[in-house]
Amino acid sequence: MELRKSYFADQRKDDLHEIGQPRPRSDSPGHVTGKTTYFADRNFPGMLHLKMVRSPHHHARIRSIDTSEAEKHPGVVKVLTAKDVPHNVYTILILIQIGPEDETVLADGKVRWKGEAAVAVLAETERAAQEAAAKVKVDYEVLPAVFDMDEALKPGAPIVNEYHGRNYYLYDSGECRKVRFGDVEAGFAGADHVLEQTYQSSPIEHAPTETTGCIVAPEGNDRFTCYTNTQAMFFTLDNTSIILQMPGNKLHFVGGTVGGGFGGKVDVIVEPIAILGAKLTGRPVCFIYSREEEMQISSPRAAEKVVIKDGVMNDGRIVARKVTGYTDAGAYSRHSPYGAQKGAGHYPGPYTIPNVWIDTYCVYTNRTPSSAMRGFGVTIGDFALEVQMDKLARLIGMDPLEFRFINAYRDGDMKAHRQPTEGAALIECMQEASRAANWPVAEKFMAMSSYAKGA
Amino acid sequence: MAKVPVQFTLNGAEKAEFIDSGTTLLHALRDKIGDTSPKGGCHQGTCGACSVIIDGELRLSCLTLAEACNGATITTTSGLSEGGVLHPLQRAFLDAFATQCGFCTPGMIMAAKVLLDHTPNPSREDVVEALSGNICRCTGYEPIIQAVLTAARSNSQNAA
Amino acid sequence: MTLALQTFATVKDAGAALKAAGACYLGGGTLVVRAANEGDVSISGFVRSTEPALSAVAVSDNEVRIGASVTMAAIARHPDLAPLAHAARVVGGPAIRNMATVGGNLFAPTPYGDFTVALLALDATVSTGDGELPIETFLAKRESNDAIVTAVGFTLPKEGGFRFLKVSRVKPKGVSVLSIATVLEQAPDGTVSSARVAFGCMADRPIRARAAEKALIGRKLTADGIAPALAVARDGISPPTDPIASAWYRNEVLPVHLGRLLLA
Ligand SMILES: Cc1cc2nc3c(=O)[nH]c(=O)nc-3n(C[C@H](O)[C@H](O)[C@H](O)COP(=O)(O)OP(=O)(O)OC[C@H]3O[C@@H](n4cnc5c(N)ncnc54)[C@H](O)[C@@H]3O)c2cc1C
Ligand code: FES
Ligand code: FES
Repeated sequence: MELRKSYFADQRKDDLHEIGQPRPRSDSPGHVTGKTTYFADRNFPGMLHLKMVRSPHHHARIRSIDTSEAEKHPGVVKVLTAKDVPHNVYTILILIQIGPEDETVLADGKVRWKGEAAVAVLAETERAAQEAAAKVKVDYEVLPAVFDMDEALKPGAPIVNEYHGRNYYLYDSGECRKVRFGDVEAGFAGADHVLEQTYQSSPIEHAPTETTGCIVAPEGNDRFTCYTNTQAMFFTLDNTSIILQMPGNKLHFVGGTVGGGFGGKVDVIVEPIAILGAKLTGRPVCFIYSREEEMQISSPRAAEKVVIKDGVMNDGRIVARKVTGYTDAGAYSRHSPYGAQKGAGHYPGPYTIPNVWIDTYCVYTNRTPSSAMRGFGVTIGDFALEVQMDKLARLIGMDPLEFRFINAYRDGDMKAHRQPTEGAALIECMQEASRAANWPVAEKFMAMSSYAKGA
Repeated sequence: MAKVPVQFTLNGAEKAEFIDSGTTLLHALRDKIGDTSPKGGCHQGTCGACSVIIDGELRLSCLTLAEACNGATITTTSGLSEGGVLHPLQRAFLDAFATQCGFCTPGMIMAAKVLLDHTPNPSREDVVEALSGNICRCTGYEPIIQAVLTAARSNSQNAA
Repeated sequence: MTLALQTFATVKDAGAALKAAGACYLGGGTLVVRAANEGDVSISGFVRSTEPALSAVAVSDNEVRIGASVTMAAIARHPDLAPLAHAARVVGGPAIRNMATVGGNLFAPTPYGDFTVALLALDATVSTGDGELPIETFLAKRESNDAIVTAVGFTLPKEGGFRFLKVSRVKPKGVSVLSIATVLEQAPDGTVSSARVAFGCMADRPIRARAAEKALIGRKLTADGIAPALAVARDGISPPTDPIASAWYRNEVLPVHLGRLLLA
């Protein structure tokens, strides 16, 4: 590995001993010998297995649930439904005072996506839990469902989630997050070219090699230890405490090495119900997603739709950018209102544009609730923005890298959301990329700096 | 519940256990015998994290019934290092940054070991083929491929 | 609530045990243990037989008999089965091949069953305790089969007479978009004198492509010669849509790949 020390040389003392040096990972010896402990590498005597009965429908009213046959099944110890959950409301970001309280732990009266948890079965063996789960009878009245954001936003679309009463999240700023900077319409009017394009993505599953799960052991003093592969320990503690109406000091969470997360393990889904099971049975409980559950049930990256309209001059300056972003939250909010908001903050990309208009919507559909994944809210946006940048460069017959130098933000530039740019390094990154990729640009771009305009 | 005896050699040691009939080898190893180096990533044969070596052949312990292994010789990644000295493959995985979360690592090392046992000087294609049943979601595979090639080279140097 | 395994020394005894409700024969287990792990409650127990004949491969005078328990790995490395090695080697990854049996492959639903596509083109016979059946007949009613398959038998085609192609997106190990096997005989002038063509992933199980076979007779293996066969290749197919490919895509690419295989 080569560390280029010429960039920003005046901003640091060149006495780094560790940075730039390869060092062995501290966890590797455990990994290569198979000794690293993952949450599931524990086994407690008398441990029960939890299996979830899930909705086979995208949208349905639950007329009734009959667990009597399942309860009689050999090996079954407990069957849980909504009424067993002390506070049956799940709100991932409640710790940082962000709602909404629009989701349940176990379905109560309705299911809003195919795979939604309805009944939890706890049994002596995994097999017994599976067999009993197959005996739970849920009587559903199937309701019309909506799977597409455009359809969901049309008047008369089936309402996905009554909590909201409409198929989008209502921000304090209204139906979307907004950024307004300069006069975008005047910008388009004065532009040499205007290009509007739509970009869309499908949900993406993280597919970690280790599936989501936890093992709970009662400590015998009304305290419970939960071994989990969560990526969000304190969100988990907080939510579990609220859902189970138990003080936090009764909950002992133990994390550790996670077998791949990529953002997919930030939802507090398995822990509250497993701890409840342990509490009500007095037995250790394990709840581990099957591979199918990991792929179908765990939240994916949201599907997104991004409409970008740009005004560009023949000399390469982008003079106006209007972005409308749509984030498909699926049936419940989880992190998506925040993801859509992040999108609003992230557009118009790392470029200095005098006239900007951003609207980002968080839309509800009857799809698997989406949530965090590596740079959610910005990754798909960046894809759209950078494809758009290439198209704009082509439109005006300019080298795509040089086009980006012209528009790159630099220290002191005012960003659209009125935060002055600080510590920019885009120019230098592109200079190095130009060298590394053997993609030469004009000398004047290689002489630029992020520090000051004209430098 | 019908318990049945199973007996096999695991990493050089005799093991005998009573298990529920129909238990997979993965569960028997992890929950009964306490060797948690094989990992359960899918229980459907697609991830390879549960790979072990049975009588010299690579097998998926999640799809193998423990009773079918009576009398067999089984190797897992936890049995590779001797006296605290890492096996060349373990060393190479460590040096090449071929582990990130590490969940795939024990299975990868098993698949690589079977390859090197039969093909001491593999080509890159041989390595890719040998690891093709093992999924890694973190590394992008390249460091793993390099680690196996490096281990093969260090083996042949030692042999020379 | 237990999934007991019963092991029998003879196929006959195993066959009797298999009559019990929910009992399922265990080959390599790559499909049934997987199903059980995933909570398939229709399976209540496994039955297997360790009769040595099930694991035997016999080749004499080009007549081949492969025991039902023989694995894909064993076929791939068997010196007398070299023409079939490729078709065995494309099944799963190395560990799957060490487990996956010929017997199990006959029951594998689409998109699996690649080796069975080869057997179908070879016009194999399937032996069970109840006797022998042509593979096509066997496949057509495999759901109702309750006998243990003991072996498959076929005649090895002449050198170069057997061709096999599996198309998958992930390489080297990937599930089939489709697979194709052909057994062709050619007259000295190069015209096709007999043809058997089998497709995988063009229905819920491997199927023969009768129209294409007929259209090949008397034709040479040139672009023009095979054109009529490619034109009717889709006759009678009903490919599925699954995570690997859509029905539309399979339908579109079938003639392309058949053409490549015939011209190879
Ligand atoms: C990760 C993965 C990848 C795979 N990739 C492929 C692939 O690329 N191509 C492909 O073709 N397949 C693939 N498969 C499917 C499967 O491995 C093969 O089809 C294999 O040949 C099935 O054989 P088995 O012995 O494991 O079957 P088993 O699981 O043991 O049995 C399958 C079915 O056949 C019945 N059966 C088995 N043997 C007999 C017998 N002798 N008599 C009567 N009934 C019998 C069983 O009762 C069961 O219903 C894959 C599977 C997995 C898990
Ligand atoms: S757990 Fe066995 S292959 Fe994934
Ligand atoms: S290192 Fe995480 S799956 Fe391979």
